Amino acid sequence: MLGLCLGIACEREERNFQGIPPSASASMPPVRESELQPGPPTRSAPISGPYEENAYGVSQGKTLYNQYNCSGCHFQGGGGIGPPLMDADWIYGSRPENIFETIAEGRPNGMPAFGRKINADQIWQLVAYVRSMSGLLRKDVAPGRSDDMQVRPQEQSTPKARPVHSALPPASERQ
Amino acid sequence: MLSQLGCSTKPNGPAESRPNQQTTTLPARTTRDTVSTRRDTVPSSEDDGQWRMPARNYASTRYSGLDQITTQNAKQLKLAWSFSTGVTRGHEAAPLVVDSTMYIVTPFPNYLYALDLAHSGALKWTYKPSPALASQGVACCDLVNRGAAFFDGKIYYNTLDAHTVAVDAKSGQEVWKTRVGDINKGESTTMAPLVVKGKVLVGNSGGEFGVRGWLTALDAKTGKLAWRAYHTGPDKDVLIGNRFKPFYPQDRGKDLGVSSWPGDAWKIGGGGVWGWISYDPDLNLIYYGTANPGPWNPEVRPGDNKWTAAMFARDPDNGEAVWAYQWSPHDLFDYDGINELILLNLPIDGKNRRVLVRPERDGYIYVLDRVTGQVLSADPYGYITTTSGIDLKTGRPREVKEKEPQTGKVVREICPAAPGTKDWQPSSYSPRTGLLYIPHQNLCQDEEGTGANYISGTPYVAAIVKMYAGPGGHRGEVTAWDPVKRKAAWKITENFPVWSGTVVTAGDVVFYGTMDGWFKALDARSGSELWRFKVGSGIIGQPVVYRGPDGKEYVAILSGVGGWAGAVVAGGLDVRDSSAALGFVNAMKDLPQATTKGGMLYVFSLP
Repeated sequence: MLGLCLGIACEREERNFQGIPPSASASMPPVRESELQPGPPTRSAPISGPYEENAYGVSQGKTLYNQYNCSGCHFQGGGGIGPPLMDADWIYGSRPENIFETIAEGRPNGMPAFGRKINADQIWQLVAYVRSMSGLLRKDVAPGRSDDMQVRPQEQSTPKARPVHSALPPASERQ
Repeated sequence: MLSQLGCSTKPNGPAESRPNQQTTTLPARTTRDTVSTRRDTVPSSEDDGQWRMPARNYASTRYSGLDQITTQNAKQLKLAWSFSTGVTRGHEAAPLVVDSTMYIVTPFPNYLYALDLAHSGALKWTYKPSPALASQGVACCDLVNRGAAFFDGKIYYNTLDAHTVAVDAKSGQEVWKTRVGDINKGESTTMAPLVVKGKVLVGNSGGEFGVRGWLTALDAKTGKLAWRAYHTGPDKDVLIGNRFKPFYPQDRGKDLGVSSWPGDAWKIGGGGVWGWISYDPDLNLIYYGTANPGPWNPEVRPGDNKWTAAMFARDPDNGEAVWAYQWSPHDLFDYDGINELILLNLPIDGKNRRVLVRPERDGYIYVLDRVTGQVLSADPYGYITTTSGIDLKTGRPREVKEKEPQTGKVVREICPAAPGTKDWQPSSYSPRTGLLYIPHQNLCQDEEGTGANYISGTPYVAAIVKMYAGPGGHRGEVTAWDPVKRKAAWKITENFPVWSGTVVTAGDVVFYGTMDGWFKALDARSGSELWRFKVGSGIIGQPVVYRGPDGKEYVAILSGVGGWAGAVVAGGLDVRDSSAALGFVNAMKDLPQATTKGGMLYVFSLP
């Protein structure tokens, strides 16, 4: 039975119980915020979050999302104090490295800098969960229904919202 | 001092020219005008036509003695002029009118505009306080500001990042700026200050961030701290001393602000002040209510949680508490009691009583003896499932056990919902009709308590909430309430919550606005609609009435939807999440189809 379970789990995903060391963020290359680039165009290789394909990590991210009070501002993805996370608009970018930066270093219009509170491994789990809210992860990786009050569609049924790096609203409106 | 209270017989004279401004005797006229027996009328000749504090007077009646606009001619009202604020968050402030200048405070970033009333509101100057951008992250419910106060040649107001500023009313130059709180503790400031006897009274917002609530008095001249009264913790911090004589036994005892909490929870227990303060010059007492305890999930904080969800009477000179009444001990539903308190003298049971009237969050209109703090009556003005009444012997609500929120369990049909039957939006009172004009909502909610984790500077709520319309399906009401007969004279319903204030005039006209952008005039006696005008964005502001330099009566209102109720539009929230904006989004899913954001002032007059 145990073997069977392990077998299924291994086919489905690679479980990384060790996690990446908390210091990993220090080695991250600079994250680009603008599509506009003077001179000849170059591409920087996108950085894949370590938990993008890892259901365990994403569900850990969901737990942390509530425990670190992310839900206090962004609620279950619809937003309130902070902007929505389940829609297509990404003020500071939708790529894993953008979201990592947002959580670790904060953003000027109210997003706190959690980098000294949450270790890098947990931030990457949060990144994966945040991306799942708008359907950016595989359906079989995204967490299922919540056990508590049903207040929004579950991640697997969230239609993929094509990310828009949205035009920055005036300072008074940004979060 | 005379001029500062708006009682001058020379309404348009410059304030600076008046002698003896520091006289300490307060003129009785404001008191007589407004803290009057209920059938008294206020001749308009006694009214200087100005509007120097959001509630117009210390009794907070929002009654204008002007009577050019009447029930007969209100249908002829026309737009006189308008002004764009350039800010798109929720505009909750009341414009001020001092001499021939209007002052407007915008939502974050809290610009202060001075407009020349002699020239159709031409811009005189702009003051920009540049509040910290990060403060947007600790404002629970949109980035609102509820207005300014004028006193002694200066405009006083709060900025979102927990600072109070004094600005020279003539030049627009900053006179002083005082930091009163810390955004890293979740503190912000959104209320309009009240200036009493040379002291600027301000309180903190942040009941959803685990702040420790307080009311502070700053010296109006220097901005230096005069006193601070906390609303949790030991008596010496709450400024409870020998003069403290609460009416009810449960409010008596030593250090109840500590013992009514588990462990150190009082240090992050909420109880801020972000609403209204009234002042009785005869008794020399200020009156105000304290906000909800934190977190919302009540299971985390067993005990009465004093002094959250309470009312205080204090001496404005030193802050000393004279009485307190905790109307919602161990508050269960975020009944965040910062609502307005209207000071009236009413004939009750054959006796003329000095009372305060308060349409409360929990759905009852409380009438208290404002000398003693005794509850004289508490009658429902909306649909209530959470309590079966208020026990007048003990002053405590009779709570319905099944509605108590629990961790991990969904409790349904909690009515009224967290914003209460009425939130911050202030009522008005006409001594001519004896009626209170209450703008409010009709909302219920489902709630589930969750685990609480306090991290300073982040929300501390521990509840998932989902609101919806109450019985009837409409979400807003305006109720005209007779506090002597203790019943509604009339009631009208609105599709959306009525999140704007009301104002009433000696012409017996009531003004208010709707969240889908209608500014309306009602007959104060019947409630029938006299006139309406479609403005650019939904209205959540406070209408004011004034006499222009040309002698005409004007009505002014800020449009610009937002606030907690309008956050779905102002913040661009996603309506698929029913819990968004503390559950308010679920009740407002259709608002984005009804209005867009954008701040604009509208001023109306007869042709």
